[in-house]
Amino acid sequence: MSKKVVLLDYGSGNIRSGERALQRVGADVTVTSDFDEALNADGLLVPGVGAFEACMTGLKSVRGDVVVDRRLTGARPVLGICVGMQILFARGIEHGVETEGCEQWPGTVERLRPQHDEPVPHMGWNTVDVPSGTGLFDGIEKERFYFVHSYGVREWQLTDARESVAPLVTWTTYGDDRFVAAVENGPLTATQFHPEKSGDAGAALLANWVRSL
Amino acid sequence: MTLAVRVIPCLDVDGGRVVKGVNFTDLRDAGDPVEMAKVYDAEGADELTFLDITASSGSRETTYDVVGQTAEQVFIPLTVGGGVREAADVDRLLRAGADKVGINTGAIARPEVIREIAHRFGNQVLVLSLDVRRAADQPSGFEVTTHGGRKSAGLDAIEWAKRGAELGAGEILLNSMDADGTKQGFDLELIRAVRDVVDIPLIASGGAGAPEHFPPAVEAGADAVLAASVFHFGDFRIADVKKALRDAGIVVR
Repeated sequence: MSKKVVLLDYGSGNIRSGERALQRVGADVTVTSDFDEALNADGLLVPGVGAFEACMTGLKSVRGDVVVDRRLTGARPVLGICVGMQILFARGIEHGVETEGCEQWPGTVERLRPQHDEPVPHMGWNTVDVPSGTGLFDGIEKERFYFVHSYGVREWQLTDARESVAPLVTWTTYGDDRFVAAVENGPLTATQFHPEKSGDAGAALLANWVRSL
Repeated sequence: MTLAVRVIPCLDVDGGRVVKGVNFTDLRDAGDPVEMAKVYDAEGADELTFLDITASSGSRETTYDVVGQTAEQVFIPLTVGGGVREAADVDRLLRAGADKVGINTGAIARPEVIREIAHRFGNQVLVLSLDVRRAADQPSGFEVTTHGGRKSAGLDAIEWAKRGAELGAGEILLNSMDADGTKQGFDLELIRAVRDVVDIPLIASGGAGAPEHFPPAVEAGADAVLAASVFHFGDFRIADVKKALRDAGIVVR
């Protein structure tokens, strides 16, 4: 039986692309902002495009932050994509304005600072540095994924040994700037890049996630 | 730097069909956009750009349909431009399945719209498209044109590119009207001039006639290279462009 995935509709994100990409890998997708449906699905995808602050506001307006919290308490999988990943961290700083995130992980989302006049946004297909033991990148460790963002997390702060499963962090580098490309942390998974726009490699990643539900 | 240079086929869409003329006149029917998008995706295109070149609202509806159908079947980023005047147009295109939206005349008419769109949807969503030609009466020697190159906007192209980036455009699509349709190579002088003043990604367009024309555009400062008719009419393929870039030591996907 195909896995039921809710794509959280909170007014942000390229929802249709996410929906189609999940369908492509065989998931039974519902796009909704309904609290109970989002809570009870096999998997929850939290998209996000645009400003951190606007995304947090939108997310809270449908109690998406609460849904994520409750799902994780029950070990039910959540996947955040792009700003949907960023808002899982403690805070975001855009244009000098600090906004509180969901704080599932400590850390700050900051403006990218490539060193050699590389343009920002970081836009296009980049390689990723995948840790051993990855499930998310199984079979696609050497592929490129599509990024489009101006902000990122360059310090992974969750090193506490209380985690029963140590978080697996995938990194990418742009110019000399190194930042988080993906996190696998028990039921909570996130990517800074857009798997739904990363062609066959992105589809393989989503298939890995859906298979794990 | 490990980010790959993007190769982008551009589909000029009119009434649901891909067309492309030389110097924007004398249009020829080159095919069905959805089928062509699938082929380009399979051939390794890094993104797709649709330019809706129609003026009539009836044809615009058709374009929304085409965007939707393409987004159903193609899993790489899709930029759609044409007729964007306000944030509501962007919203509509994004809902239809676009990932990024191109703006040209609408931003010249009212530059503030760049800020409004960037504020609502993020900088990364907005591609500022410039049709540029040489003009002795502008300080930089380049002017912006509108209406597919038929009218002068009375704007210095380099100044406009800089202002557009400051207002919040996430990327610039730079089309040389002087080079467009000539197949003699990209307008390197123009690419360098814009690269010097903006720190957002730059897509070079206009003038590609052979795979070896692409590496110089990247060396001049382009982050992505775009072409239309040479791909549509099979002069060469995306893989040929990527090979030429790779042979020149440029990273591609």
